[in-house]
Amino acid sequence: MTRFSAFELFRQGLSGQAGWKPQWRSPEPKAAYDAVIIGGGGHGLGAAYYLASQHGLRNIAVIEKGWLGGGNTGRNTTIIRSNYLFPESAGLYNHSVKLWETLSQELNYNVMFSQRGVMMLAHTVHDVQVFQRHVHANRAAGVDNDWLTPEEAKAYCPPLNISDNMRYPVLGAALQRRGGTARHDAVAWGYARAADRLGVDILENCEVTGIVRNAQGAVEAVETTRGRIRTPKVGVSAAGHTSVVLGMAGVRLPLESFPLQALVSEPVKPVFPCVVMSNTIHAYISQSDKGELVIGAGTDIYTSYTQRGGLHISQHTLEAICELFPQFRRMRMLRNWGGIVDVTPDRSPIVGKTPVPGLYVNCGWGTGGFKATPGAAHTLAWTIAKDEPHPINAPFTLERFRDGFLIDEAAAAAVAH
Amino acid sequence: MSGSFRTGIGGRIRRERTVRFRFDGVTYAGVEGDTLASALLANGVHLMGRSFKYHRPRGVLGAGADEPNALVEVIRDAGRTVPNLRATQVELYNGLEARSQNRWPSLAFDVGAINNLMAPFIPAGFYYKTFMWPRKAWDALYEPVIRAAAGLGHAPTDPDPDSYLNRYAHCEVLVVGAGPTGLSAALTAARGGGRVMLVDEQCEPGGSLLSEPDVRIDGLSTRDWIARTVAELNANPRVTILSRATAFGYFAHNMIAVNERLSEHQADPVPGAPRERLWQIRAGEVVIAAGAHERPLVFPDNDRPGILLAGAARTYLNRYGVLPGRRVVIATGHDEAYRTAIDLSRAGVEVAVIADLRPRPTGPLVELARALGLPIRTGCAITGSKGGRRVTSARLSAILGAGKLGPPDEIACDAVLMSGGYTPSVHLFSQSRGKLRWDEALSAFLPDVSAERERSAGACRGVFSLEAALADGATAGAAAAGVAPPTPLRTTAVDAEPAGVIGAVPHDRGPGARAFVDWQNDVTSKDLKLAVREGFQSVEHVKRYTTNGMATDQGKTSNINALGVLADELKRPVEKIGLTTFRMPYTPVTFGVLAGMARGDLFDPVRTTPIHGWAVDQGAVFEDVSLWKRARYFPQGGEDMEAAVRRECVAVRNACGIFDASTLGKIEVVGRDAAEFMNRFYINAWTKLGIGRCRYGVLCREDGFVMDDGVVGRIAADRFHVTTTTGGAPRVLNMMEDYLQTEWPELDVWFTSTTEEWAVIALQGPKARDILAGLVEGIDLSQEALPHMALTEGQICGVPTRLFRVSFSGELGFEINVPASHGRRVWEAVWAAGQPHGLTAYGTETMHVLRAEKGFIIVGQETDGTATPDDVGLAWAVGKAKPDYVGKRSLARPSMSAPDRKQLVGLLTESPETVLQEGAQIVASLGLKAPMPVIGHVTSSYYSAVLGRSIALAMVSGGRAKMGETLYSPAGSGDVPVKVVGPVFYDPEGARLNV
Amino acid sequence: MLLITCPYCGPRPEIEFAHGGEAHIARPQDPSSLGVEDWTEFLYMRANPKGVHAERWRHLHGCARFFNALRDTTTDQFVATYKTGEPRPDLTAVTA
Repeated sequence: MTRFSAFELFRQGLSGQAGWKPQWRSPEPKAAYDAVIIGGGGHGLGAAYYLASQHGLRNIAVIEKGWLGGGNTGRNTTIIRSNYLFPESAGLYNHSVKLWETLSQELNYNVMFSQRGVMMLAHTVHDVQVFQRHVHANRAAGVDNDWLTPEEAKAYCPPLNISDNMRYPVLGAALQRRGGTARHDAVAWGYARAADRLGVDILENCEVTGIVRNAQGAVEAVETTRGRIRTPKVGVSAAGHTSVVLGMAGVRLPLESFPLQALVSEPVKPVFPCVVMSNTIHAYISQSDKGELVIGAGTDIYTSYTQRGGLHISQHTLEAICELFPQFRRMRMLRNWGGIVDVTPDRSPIVGKTPVPGLYVNCGWGTGGFKATPGAAHTLAWTIAKDEPHPINAPFTLERFRDGFLIDEAAAAAVAH
Repeated sequence: MSGSFRTGIGGRIRRERTVRFRFDGVTYAGVEGDTLASALLANGVHLMGRSFKYHRPRGVLGAGADEPNALVEVIRDAGRTVPNLRATQVELYNGLEARSQNRWPSLAFDVGAINNLMAPFIPAGFYYKTFMWPRKAWDALYEPVIRAAAGLGHAPTDPDPDSYLNRYAHCEVLVVGAGPTGLSAALTAARGGGRVMLVDEQCEPGGSLLSEPDVRIDGLSTRDWIARTVAELNANPRVTILSRATAFGYFAHNMIAVNERLSEHQADPVPGAPRERLWQIRAGEVVIAAGAHERPLVFPDNDRPGILLAGAARTYLNRYGVLPGRRVVIATGHDEAYRTAIDLSRAGVEVAVIADLRPRPTGPLVELARALGLPIRTGCAITGSKGGRRVTSARLSAILGAGKLGPPDEIACDAVLMSGGYTPSVHLFSQSRGKLRWDEALSAFLPDVSAERERSAGACRGVFSLEAALADGATAGAAAAGVAPPTPLRTTAVDAEPAGVIGAVPHDRGPGARAFVDWQNDVTSKDLKLAVREGFQSVEHVKRYTTNGMATDQGKTSNINALGVLADELKRPVEKIGLTTFRMPYTPVTFGVLAGMARGDLFDPVRTTPIHGWAVDQGAVFEDVSLWKRARYFPQGGEDMEAAVRRECVAVRNACGIFDASTLGKIEVVGRDAAEFMNRFYINAWTKLGIGRCRYGVLCREDGFVMDDGVVGRIAADRFHVTTTTGGAPRVLNMMEDYLQTEWPELDVWFTSTTEEWAVIALQGPKARDILAGLVEGIDLSQEALPHMALTEGQICGVPTRLFRVSFSGELGFEINVPASHGRRVWEAVWAAGQPHGLTAYGTETMHVLRAEKGFIIVGQETDGTATPDDVGLAWAVGKAKPDYVGKRSLARPSMSAPDRKQLVGLLTESPETVLQEGAQIVASLGLKAPMPVIGHVTSSYYSAVLGRSIALAMVSGGRAKMGETLYSPAGSGDVPVKVVGPVFYDPEGARLNV
Repeated sequence: MLLITCPYCGPRPEIEFAHGGEAHIARPQDPSSLGVEDWTEFLYMRANPKGVHAERWRHLHGCARFFNALRDTTTDQFVATYKTGEPRPDLTAVTA
């Protein structure tokens, strides 16, 4: 495996970049693995990588029905932050942010984690209360989050409209400076390359069609379109398709899958320095390294696996963008796409064991899964390896719904993730 | 003269109407009917832009929506600037000001072109492999540099002053594309008698016929046939034709979105006139007649200015009367380029050579070119070009077979016109989720299985010959409208062989040669091969790794050639590689037209109360609560909020205050089973509530957490007047309907939202009764007749009222409900009557302080969706004898009564002047460092004027067992000690209420 | 934007409707008698099928009635809409 570096790029440049090898192999499936991860997005590939790098499991496979990162990993607006309200959430997301900070170096793959700051706008007195509670809670939890006046918010993000003549004027903002964005595809590819280097088999175009359980009810194999694969441990990171996959093992989940849309503008020269989120009027915007304004829309109101939603949903978010940034009104939407997000009743994820021995799940991230990629993958790997919760994912069990220990970020803050 | 490349005759331009415009500060002349691109070409200007990555000089490549190179900023003023417009689609107007992009300091000399020299070291995806050391340098150094180099044009700097419109429409048949196929389809469909809409992105109907002056259809010239057809359509009142209207999105259930440009082509749009209109059209049937895009050839150095698509060159000649050059090389793998050669030759352009990749091209067009004596080399590849800001020569090599090429030959020229054939435009079909199939003979993906009620016709499904396309359109239009197809029209068109070439042209130029596949994003065939070498085999991966097809043209010219290159490299047939997803929009769509009218006060509806105008007159400061504008406080004489609120609070406690509570949600629950419904729905017991009595109701979600609250009055045995929180009314009503309609349909009860029916005037304070006394008729206001939590009906100021004796302040209080239309008048009467008693208007902020002094919760402030009734001290409200109510089963879960749940308490700071910040955290001990174990948070915190000190409500873990304990609130300036107390700070025994 | 056929009003655009989640999850007659697993099942567990889904809609800005629909979540095409209280249509008869 050739190490990536500027020197290597230069050296290869002298010979027409002809010497690069595949970033990961395309092996044939083996008959058996020590563990199988279903889902070749960042979460699944990351879990495989950490299983291999931290828990010594090398005989493992990631199976992906399509192409790596083709699900929500490659369809989100790449916002990374950890300024969540409850300590359980802040713990999980902050664990992620810490891993993000060294991920490029760890994987030897530039995932372009850019700590540009994530600013969340308050438009009502209630918003102010909620965000100030966030600021206090985050500080107590050791998560950076600052309260800004409208003027300070504009100084940090000059395009922001803080005039009084808006329908919902900006009353202030919470800013997490360590938050930012990353290059989503590179996360999948970087984990894939690093996992492959450690011996993980990455099986693309391999769709799971069944989960086989033994007489004791434990996992013993997965059926796939490329044959049966024996394994005692299966981790599922299938995002919107989790209900379908776990249904194969008879496990029912508190999940519903909704379309979530995003869009980008045509690329323009740098004009937008940070990430701005407004949950009250539903606007989420940043500018990519390429120059596109990256804008997140909301979910459609009905469940769907079509990876597409209605135009009125995108219209709604552009109304908000144009209200906050009236100078972008003449900008043009270049691409619009949809993902499938799996949503839990408390809008927090489920990471850990299932009622089926040997079957583990990482799902329910709703609209906020990308930011958690390293942390979720890292703790899921722990749980798969040790068959017990990691302290950080322990609150995010499936049983919390039965027992009433919800982690209700959405209700608590009226915050979309 | 050297400058003018305008022909003497022909085209659809108005030569006599000169139009002056500026490009990069230089003034040029064009004519009416020009695009910016055609006008620049007429002036001999090919260099129109710089590429995204290498900053290579680029000329115009196409003549329409597929243009990747000639992107410009068009500037009217600082708020009316648009970046990244295709010069091929910018209609020329007098005074047009355009600027090239992505270059510094000038288009001709661009420092960024240094990237071009670096090209060997910055292949596709290079940025994933470097810029990682030192770690902090990404944010500080690399990324800013990359960002500055990236992007194309500049975003506008000022707010856009223009307006945009939205419109919904319905029709029986929607035809997309007004080329020959679409016109034919619309004409036929209109005969079915239904509503027909025909939309087309160009400035006039005709499509490819606008570049076909010499063909005759049904005995008419194309100009006359278009005119006759449009006239017939326009004569039909059931037909709507939209020009400059791009169907950009195909949504579920035959909803098609169309962006109509209304004024951008005008030199002086009427002030205030809308700039664009969004149509959302629900069509019974759709005919897609979207045509096809010409494919460039992928050969080394294929991106110099002066190298353009052959079909585009023919459009410039025939439609705009512009010559692409004086001596041209035609490089082709398709017959259509011969048409260009023939027309150019007839227009006096020297055709240096037609280099045809095919060994033995045949057919009428080839024969015609031969008959004209045009030099044709068959089995000949174009393997390079020379030139800086304009191509000066083409390099041609004979294809010897087995990958071998003959010795190169350099042909001087000032333009190279290329064609690999035509790719059907299947964008909309794919967006509709129809399935494509690969047609090997045409080297094209064609529509196969439909997902919606649509049909493709003409070139977009591979029917290229004019006569067949006209017939195909007629057949499609007939089928869509349910009529018989008409007799096919005869034309004089000479057909081309439909097959062309895809992928890279063979060359002998070695590894350094760059053959561009995606012009705008500078993706070369080498980049695609590198991606394959690095293991990216999925077409989606290759796209994302190389960015091929992700430019502003969305791969219209590049996707199929990229597939060809991939197929070669992977040794796999194209259909096994598949196509990337077609995403809306077909061409970029202005944010503003999608946002439409939703700006300022139209961004979201504004709800105001009947008393709003009075509060405005009094100088109230408002806050937004859901859609409502609520008066927050009434400053007097330059007071700030704190001073105003202290004054208002004291006035209520000492005299009387008046408060507009009209925003409270109100639902009338009526019917024989009204009480039974209330019993099942709210946590409280309702059966025994007497008529004329009120009760504070609490509503839980089924999961047991508090969702809403409000006072409920029993008007009659079968009638309840339910109030909700201001923001919660729609949720509560929806939930009521849900349970009634789907769970308890046997109950005889119905609900009516009465929020807007009643104005609610809260009169709170010891003087309240005195003020009211002179205003009511037939109402006994005495404590005996109308005690706390009672209600009565009668008259006030001659208007019927429901008068509630309720208090959210802890004082003697009334809430006067009167019909909304009388609200302002009654308010003013009460106001006048109260003046001698010191009546003071107060807003939501004072309301909040007063209720906090009494320990009353606000749902959404004390509760946050995770609090049970018991958590917030409302266990007393539960109807414990009831077998069931919404949330009861969930509340029985062990976790719901765990002793460490957060519970509502009061907090007092040591210093009476210290007001905690709402949201401040509570910890058990002093001097903790983050991350610290938090046991609670402050939910409400105010300075209480009447108590002369600060007060706070908080949710603290096991709080009720911590009474009297000292806890701490960490703050930047040090931990603030707080004492845990009961949540009722003022008049805990309620003496002031029962007077 | 979907086109939804309200069984009372006919076809109307999606913006007139509210989505009501999975259909045919009846609230138990006596919730307090339910074991915790059954209650959790009622409260939270959802089929979330990839394929034909029985779901509730409410014609909020129309007749305001709840009704049920069968919709294919892989295409968003409606198979049927029917009134609350009616059984889920038997699709085997439709496809036969």
